Amino acid sequence: MVLLFYTIIGGLLVKIPNLPVLGETIRNLFFHVGMWAVMMTLFTCSVVQSIRYLSKMNIRYDIYAHNYASTGILFGLIGYATGALWMNYTWADPNAPSYSFSTVARDPKLIGTAIALLIYFAYFILRQSIPDIDKRAKISAVYNIFAFAMLFPTIMIIPRILPSLHPGQEGNPALNFKDVDSTMRLIEYPAFVGWTLLGVWIATLKIRINLIKEKHFIK
Amino acid sequence: MKKYLIYILNLLLIPFFANAQGVDNLLRSNGRIYVVIGVILIIFISIILYLIRIERKIDKLEKQNH
Repeated sequence: MVLLFYTIIGGLLVKIPNLPVLGETIRNLFFHVGMWAVMMTLFTCSVVQSIRYLSKMNIRYDIYAHNYASTGILFGLIGYATGALWMNYTWADPNAPSYSFSTVARDPKLIGTAIALLIYFAYFILRQSIPDIDKRAKISAVYNIFAFAMLFPTIMIIPRILPSLHPGQEGNPALNFKDVDSTMRLIEYPAFVGWTLLGVWIATLKIRINLIKEKHFIK
Repeated sequence: MKKYLIYILNLLLIPFFANAQGVDNLLRSNGRIYVVIGVILIIFISIILYLIRIERKIDKLEKQNH
């Protein structure tokens, strides 16, 4: 029931981000920032399931945690790729060598998110390297909690301490009332909800496949 | 898996290929609206490819069951 509910609402809400609004590249706000919102939601779901696994020791929660994290990685990569394209046409200036692509790519926000994504890549490599199912579930659940503990410092706290070109230095980017006007906010929040539901829907699809695949191991 | 890795690499290389002159002029025209279109395309293509990958897994499962 809950899965179907997600499917229907997710499918309907995904269309919302296509609504046209004022501004030109600022429209990317609904897409690029939305990806990071999805990534953070999915990683949060993943860590909650990991904690549930450690308290209940049921392999089902390990499948939940693993698939939430892998879908989160997908959205993290899309967010990174879209950010690279957007940055190349806003921060980088072809006529000024001091603002070339290679200099703006050294921004602390970019390096921080790259570290966060690499920590999660390590999570999957760790999973693959342990053949025993119970041991794999246990170790990766513990690692997942530590990875989540590193996620917010690397993507939010450290970039705010250092000087950065990326907006959102003094608060939550795109969520405070100063830099986003009211018409855009009307689109922005439904867009975030829509993307998040799409992400959760894709994750639940993967979870269902894996639950069928591992039927024999689940109590 | 190898195909998937190549795809990820391609995604990360997009800004470097976009430096070609013609594409660059197009992306900078009309208030850089094509940057937004590029971003939407990246999201769309990535999600569709990911869903196709999931579908292949379902195919495998179906073959196992029958």
